[in-house]
Formats: sequence, C-alpha cells, structure tokens
Amino acid sequence: MSTSVAGVDDVTASEPSLRRFLAGLPGVDQVGAEARAATLATRSIKTTAKQQALDTAISMIDLTTLEGQDTPGKVRALSAKAMRPDPTDSSCPSAAAVCVYPDLVSAAASTVAGSGVLVASVATAFPSGRAALDVKLADTRDAIEAGADEIDMVIDRGAFLTGRYSQVHDEIVTIKAACGRPGREPAHLKVILETGELATYDNVRRASWLAMLAGADFIKTSTGKISPAATLPVALVMLEAVRDFRLATGRMVGVKPAGGIRSAKDAIRHLVVVNEVAGPEWLSSRWFRFGASSLLNDLLLQRTRMLTGRYSGPDYVTLD
Amino acid sequence: MSVSDRLDVRKTYKLYIGGAFPRSESGRTYEAFDAKGTFLANVARASRKDARDAVSAARKAFAGWSGATPYNRGQVLYRVAEMLEGRREQFIAEVMAGEGLRRSGAGDVVDRAIDRWVWYAGWADKIAQVHGSANAVAGPYFDFSLPEPTGIVATIAPQESSLFGLVSVLAPVIVTGNTAVVVTSYSRPLPAMTLAEVLATSDVPGGVVNVLTGDSTEVGPWLASHMDVNGIDLAGVSDPDLATALEEAAADNLKRVLRPGLPAWDVADPGIHRMTPFLETKTVWHPIGV
Repeated sequence: MSTSVAGVDDVTASEPSLRRFLAGLPGVDQVGAEARAATLATRSIKTTAKQQALDTAISMIDLTTLEGQDTPGKVRALSAKAMRPDPTDSSCPSAAAVCVYPDLVSAAASTVAGSGVLVASVATAFPSGRAALDVKLADTRDAIEAGADEIDMVIDRGAFLTGRYSQVHDEIVTIKAACGRPGREPAHLKVILETGELATYDNVRRASWLAMLAGADFIKTSTGKISPAATLPVALVMLEAVRDFRLATGRMVGVKPAGGIRSAKDAIRHLVVVNEVAGPEWLSSRWFRFGASSLLNDLLLQRTRMLTGRYSGPDYVTLD
Repeated sequence: MSVSDRLDVRKTYKLYIGGAFPRSESGRTYEAFDAKGTFLANVARASRKDARDAVSAARKAFAGWSGATPYNRGQVLYRVAEMLEGRREQFIAEVMAGEGLRRSGAGDVVDRAIDRWVWYAGWADKIAQVHGSANAVAGPYFDFSLPEPTGIVATIAPQESSLFGLVSVLAPVIVTGNTAVVVTSYSRPLPAMTLAEVLATSDVPGGVVNVLTGDSTEVGPWLASHMDVNGIDLAGVSDPDLATALEEAAADNLKRVLRPGLPAWDVADPGIHRMTPFLETKTVWHPIGV
C-alpha cells in the first residue's frame, strides 16, 4: 500500500477531510489477508530460534487481570509474577507490564516499583467506553495519579461505526493530553479498537489510522471482553497500518494484540507476522505487546520443556 | 455383480485422543501383520507430541471423570461392556488374525475380556468400602479414609495379549476415576483401536481414555518423564533395561509405578491389586456432636 500523508494536520483539520482520507484508504483484501496470515502461521520455529521466541514473547506480555473479582492481593501476586515469571530460573525475562483497572494501579505500582516492569491501566469507561468525556478524563487522571505508566483507552465504537470520526479523533487527542505526568515523560497511550465490534478489516485499517493520526503510541486489538478478540489476520492488518504510517510520517507506533492468545504457538505465530509484515524493529516490548494472562503459563511450560527436555504440567505454574 | 467386483473399503487406522480420531501429528504409519505375516493394515505411529496431546486431553477430562459419582462411572463402564458385546464378531476376527488363534480360542479370549470389563465395572461403587475405612481415633471424631484417583495414568499395554491384556490393565485404572493414556501392543494394535471406537460410541467422556498405537520404546520415555502424568503402568515392557530407565524417569515427579508383570493381570481373579496402586488415600476428621 502506498499512502502519502501530505500533512497530518491537513487530514485531521476537519470532519470532511478526515472522512475523505479514511474512506480513501485502500480496502483490505480479506481473502488475501487471511491467506497471508495462514501461510505465515505455518512457519516452523524450532530449537534455539524457538527458545529466543519464547523469551521474547515473555518479555512482551502485559500480564492482565480485568475482572470484577480482582483484589489488591491478586494484583500484587500477579505483579510479583510479572517481575519473576519463573521463580526457579533467574534467566527467565520479566514481563513488560501488568495491566489492571485504575483503582488497582496503586497496588500494582507499589509492588513493581524499581523492577522495570511497567503498570498499565485501562481507562475511559473500559470496556464499553459508554460514558461522558468528563468521566473518561477523570478515569484516566485517576490512573495516572495512582502511578500508571501506560493507559489503555477504548475508542467510542458507536461513534466510529456511525461515521463520526472527528469525535473519536478528538476524544483520543483529549485523553492523550490527560496522559501528561509532571516532571516525567507522558504515560504511553494505547488505543483499543475492539476489532471484534468493527465488523470488517477495512474498518480495522481505518480505525488504526484514525488512532495513529490522533497520537496513539500503541494500537491494541481488543478489550478481551468481546469474541472474536485478537486474530492473526487482524494483527496483520494493524501491523501493515503501523508500517505504512511510519513510511508516511516517520513516526513509529506499537501494536498490542489482546485477548484469545493462549498458547505459545499462537504467540510465536504473531511474532513471525510482526517480523514479516512490520519488520524486525517491532520485535521488542517497546513496540509490540501481548495482552494476556494464561499465555504466560503456556510460554513458561514450553520454556521448561526446552530447558529440561521433558514435558511439564499445569501443577508447576501458578493459578491466576 | 460378483463379490470380487466390489472395491475394498480399506480402513484408515488412527489414534484416539480426547474423544477424536486424529492421525499422528508426525504423519507416520507402520504396517501391522497377522500371525502368519500377511499384511493387515497401516497403523498410525504415535510421536512424542501425540503423547503430549493425549496427556493434555487426559488432564482436561480428569475433573469431570473423577468427579462423577462412582455409581455413574459403573453404569458408563457397563455400557461399554454392552457395546463390546455388540462388536463381538469383529473382536473375534481381529484376535484370530493378530494372535493366530482358532475361532473358538479367539471367542474365549473375547468373552474373558468382556467379562473382565463387567467385573471391573462392578467395582466402581464398591472399592471405597473395601479399600477405605472408618478409623478408631483417640478423640471425639468420625474419622474416614477414602480412596481417591491419582490422576493421569500412562499404560504400556501387554504386547502379546492385545485385547484381554489391554482390558485387564485399562479397566482397573479408569474405574476408580483416573484418566488414561494407553500405548497399545505394537505388533497387534487392531483390537485396541476397535476398543477405542467402542469407547467413542459409548458414554465415556472424550479424553478419559486415550489410545496411542506405536512403539513404546519411543513414546514411553516421554510419558515416563512427563511431569503431568501421575502414574505409569509398565505391564507391556519386556526389556528390563527399558523398564528401569522408565522407572527412573518416572521418579522425577514421584509417579506411582507398576513394574512389568506385577501384580499379575493374567489370572482368573486379579483382586483389587491393579486398582489400588493408582489410588490416593484421603482421611477426613469430622467432629462428633454438639
């Protein structure tokens, strides 16, 4: 795809120009995208390459708990696991971040402080996003004040699907402005597109561009509350978008598939797609993340299997 | 049209994992011959990854099967015996071919196999009375010891007796609530796969029994070292060095191990000796009164 953005400001200047730009993005070849993802998924990653892929995947995990039943105790336990995923092996990398609801950010932040593991918080009336802008802003500020390093916001899918692109754009810009932290660099903003509700790959591509134009640091597939969540073709379309966005503007944006990635095999397939579509520069936790909870256990089991030469079992990892 | 004009409908033998019949992940097969050396069938040759998949299927099925009431398990296993009876002729043909028996001898073997299955099915709601106990303790407590299933049991089935031997080592494992991964007789795998078809069409939940055809010297070490397998029965291992190696590998997570030949399965009354090794004892202290 070759899209040249003459100037981001021109595109986002008005509702009609934004709509013209997004409508002018080339459509996604659905069959082609799914076939490409399926082909890449057959790549065989073995032995030392697999070991490296497993460690890379572990270091990219946003270890997530977003349940009504979450407690500070559970969040502290999860944070401890993020810092030291395999307590028996100090060579195991730590996860990238823990991802929790805003009211539990302080519990996570106090546990991971100084460890290099970041704290991500969902905000803006997660997961539906159905609240007034004031409420969303207050939600975001709460999380920042409690010590969140990253904010995972949801877009207003209703507005997007009815074509009110400016509203979605402006909301992202406003939340981004609220991510500022006095004396430190602003919290990273991940924008959740909830691709399961966007219906088409064309919409995924448009929403990705819209979020990036509005200043997103990361684009994230899903809340994890809707099925289907992250699928390989969706990740592929979003990785194409970040690649093209960098070609057009020079700015690099990260991608975070979340929800539904449960096996190490799935994770490695995603890494192959990252490498082939966006490029090896994206193969770090700075530019690619997995939003997951049970994935980490499977990665650890596979890692143990590689290191010990025998199969491990669910008795040897934590119940989260 | 004469009979010889019909095309043969050849059967594709596969594995039985998690209630489904997949081909081996490795794509490999081997040839099975009858007792006279005539080609019988191409059979799937299980790999270590098939063993891994079988163990995860067995783990998934464990909660449901061990949580079912003993009465229910007994009924389900009796239903299997009914289905075995319905396939009697097929089993007789396969035992005749594989073990080189005459028809009457093969008929006897199949009858013994079905009878043994029924016999074990009856133990489902009785083993706790025989193997459990009410304990006299020095305090105001009702104190009970109850047998509970160990978990996943990997079994190397007897190599010579491909049906009766298999039934004699498999039934005692699952009747108490364990789930099983069985490696069948290498050279006589067909009755085991027919048994798998019986299990798939009776009420046994998928994953409770997983059947792998293939070389136990290849798959056995992976099952023996697998940290999520809780017990291993070496009934069909004839090489003493391999038996020792498997037992050593099994020690890493303290698997319960049955050595080759003990306790004997090829006897008229096997008693409870093949059930009890794969049971754990839970003791409950219950305060009396007030």
